[in-house]
Amino acid sequence: MERVELISNETHQVQDGMRTETLMLNMGPQHPATHGVLRVVLHLDGEVVVKAVPHVGYLHRGIEKLCEHITYQQCLPYTDRMDYLASICNNIGFILTVEKLLGIEEDVPERAKTAEVLLFELGRIESHLVGIGTNALDLGAMSAFLYCFKERERIYDVLETVCGARLTTSYPRVGGLPLDLPDNFEEVVTNFIEIFPKTLAEIDKLLTRNRIWIERTKGVAVISGEDAIDLGLTGPALRGSGVPYDVRKAMPYLGYENYDFEVPIASDGDAYSRYLCRLEEMNQSLLIIKQALSNLPDGPYIADLPDIVLPEKELTYTRMESLIRHFVLVYEGFKPPEEEIQHAVENPKGELSYYLVSDGSGQPYRMRVRGPSFVNLQALSQMTEGSLVADVIAAIGSLDIVLGEIDR
Amino acid sequence: MNSALASVIESLKETFLNSIKDVKEFRGEATLFIPKRDVLKICGYLKDEQEFTFLADLTAVDYLKVKLPRYEVVYHVHRFGDDFEGNVRVRLKAEVSEDELRIDSVTSVWSGANWLEREVYDMFGIEFSGHPNLKRILMPEDYEPFPLRKDFDVRDRKASKESFERALKDGLD
Repeated sequence: MERVELISNETHQVQDGMRTETLMLNMGPQHPATHGVLRVVLHLDGEVVVKAVPHVGYLHRGIEKLCEHITYQQCLPYTDRMDYLASICNNIGFILTVEKLLGIEEDVPERAKTAEVLLFELGRIESHLVGIGTNALDLGAMSAFLYCFKERERIYDVLETVCGARLTTSYPRVGGLPLDLPDNFEEVVTNFIEIFPKTLAEIDKLLTRNRIWIERTKGVAVISGEDAIDLGLTGPALRGSGVPYDVRKAMPYLGYENYDFEVPIASDGDAYSRYLCRLEEMNQSLLIIKQALSNLPDGPYIADLPDIVLPEKELTYTRMESLIRHFVLVYEGFKPPEEEIQHAVENPKGELSYYLVSDGSGQPYRMRVRGPSFVNLQALSQMTEGSLVADVIAAIGSLDIVLGEIDR
Repeated sequence: MNSALASVIESLKETFLNSIKDVKEFRGEATLFIPKRDVLKICGYLKDEQEFTFLADLTAVDYLKVKLPRYEVVYHVHRFGDDFEGNVRVRLKAEVSEDELRIDSVTSVWSGANWLEREVYDMFGIEFSGHPNLKRILMPEDYEPFPLRKDFDVRDRKASKESFERALKDGLD
């Protein structure tokens, strides 16, 4: 029905006695270059895009509604399923929001905070590797994609050592880490730190001065800094347009103000600028990981807050009081004050913020997720108007969206 | 509350004498309650005069059986700064009653509000007057209930079944 409507709305022009009209083309929902189930309705004049209208919602699972019926701690695995390319970042973002709501940030031990910073930056590298890799793959550069994915496996190995899961980590807990870091943690991270710069240099060599890559991305999908702010873009999509906004600097969390790193920006606002931002961000993340690893303190890994944190497993099995506490925390959950809170973190794709409304019970009254991909995708229409069909692919890739987060 | 945030609230109170109903502070975050008729005016002022160029979030909350009016539309607006102190974020809340599910759209102030307002409409049924394209965004267009309302029946699969059948029938033509 919609299709008929769309065509009849177009103006028909008469040229040399022949009637012409814009062609409507559905790109997606099943299309390898839409990075999930995204449908873009393209209105084409020959090969030029007159209008590109993204349609989303194919992956909608109602995470916000689901979380109204479970305890705060049970919400954690749902956050994995949003931006599943950097689930550890979503997890940490959510945990930080709940900790802020409870007012226990000061009680979280340094060891947990430092480890979270380290894992957060690993998540950023992981996501950027996929972002750059798939963007290059969509534009025909197969080898860069393979190098990126090979390196991503190594990050998964680190995550597996830490929490047992590779993709859907559900890792930290409110108050710190569920278990102490494994004995070989330092070894696996050091291993990654040693190998990763080589891969980064290889990706750099493969793409940065690659003539085909430059021609396909330079001057493509341009958005000015002013428009980017107006549309609410964040992350590399905003910094690629020359706006130096990074939540880690603007509203530091987890002690990011104590780490020495730069926020890379590029000024052209095109797909190539966004690529450069991501590439340099991986370098900076590596610097942060090195600092975090060398500063990783010993000591407790979870806060000593019996009302919030589960008792140790051994005590649950041997002490009556601990068992009761365990039951209460699992069945009812901890009860934050009757307030509301918003907390933002700099996810690899942009600003991820959670808005929690508490009614004083063990379950959130309302959980709102502001995913960066959802807001960033709005810019697609503006970026691609007047460009070629092939550039739409480059634009989607360079925005680095993930549909699990858009549809939630 | 840091000094920049306090001065913003002060200037808002001065400019809109009777509009700022209440200011609440919790863990360094400020919440301002504003009447819904002034939403566009206050948002425009914040953007043009106070450089709140970035709309960080826009959502709604349903307070069924908790308080009246039933809904609150929540805005998080942000001012960029060079450092930690310069970055200011304010939460604005406008109450919307069940009898008149309508509020001014802020798309004219921040175009990024477009999809965010569509999502609120999709999930709560709150209409935004002046919105350029107020359609459902995540749910199917012919879906009837509003899922994030507190009285939405999560066990009721009828609505989704109906819209699935309609979609199948449409495909036959």
